[in-house]
Amino acid sequence: MIQAIAFYLFATLVIASAALTITARNPVHAVLWLILAFFNAAGLMVLVGAEFIAMLLVIVYVGAVAVLFLFVVMMLNVDFSELRSGFVRYAGIGALLAVGLAAEIMVAFGAWSAGKIELARRAAPTPETVPNIEALGMLLYTRYLFVFEGAGLVLLVAMIGAIVLTHRERKGSRQQNVARQNARRPQDATRNTRPTIGAGVEL
Amino acid sequence: MIGLTHYLVVAAILFALGVFGIIANRKNLIVMLMAIELILLAVNLNFVAFSGYLHDLVGQVFAMFVLTVAAGEAAIGLAILVIYFRARGTIAVDDANRMQG
Repeated sequence: MIQAIAFYLFATLVIASAALTITARNPVHAVLWLILAFFNAAGLMVLVGAEFIAMLLVIVYVGAVAVLFLFVVMMLNVDFSELRSGFVRYAGIGALLAVGLAAEIMVAFGAWSAGKIELARRAAPTPETVPNIEALGMLLYTRYLFVFEGAGLVLLVAMIGAIVLTHRERKGSRQQNVARQNARRPQDATRNTRPTIGAGVEL
Repeated sequence: MIGLTHYLVVAAILFALGVFGIIANRKNLIVMLMAIELILLAVNLNFVAFSGYLHDLVGQVFAMFVLTVAAGEAAIGLAILVIYFRARGTIAVDDANRMQG
């Protein structure tokens, strides 16, 4: 009973906050609604027994991706009201397409439950006695090790790509040139002079 | 009791909302990226729901990879958004026709 209440609460909130994300006037509000949607999706995942993915969702999406969105929204000085001008024009066809797509997916559920899939042949049955995180780790570090490292590579490439794309040389900034500093010798930098009295030194 | 179909319906609605967000916010690139995140969230929800109800852990492993790709996609997308804004002074994608495609 309590599970059903929690499910309906989370499901309602995730759909409502997703709807508010895409219709919010202010993009900062949109990001905040997106964060709420992620939290509620994490709650749904906890209900189904996937604690690790749920916590990962909170850490990665709320902690990293949503904050990245927030940074970019606040960094760009954009007139957002002007960007919403096409919303009403496209909302009709968008709603039509979305409803059609949702209906198609529902029909696919019907076909799926009517079809015959051998449910007994599982790739990796969930162990009964081991907690979720441990079971996932045992699977991830053995059978899916190369895919796991590939995922790490994807993140590395994304990081380097983001840095390379957004990095720019500013004009007039003074940067340290380490090679030039190391190549500098005392004889290039200093000079021995013996000035006569009253003549001074020419620098 | 809550069955698999309940989860699938929630994920389908979430997916459709994401598609609607992409189409309706044709000009606002930031909200379009957020709608893509919503779509990926719906996919993840499907993976995890199937994994839970079929007692098969591979769904959760794959959900983790989807999460990885989503994080990379957000980073690259926002980087492209920033350099686009620097070059054009706007993020309206309706007039992204520089390449005359």
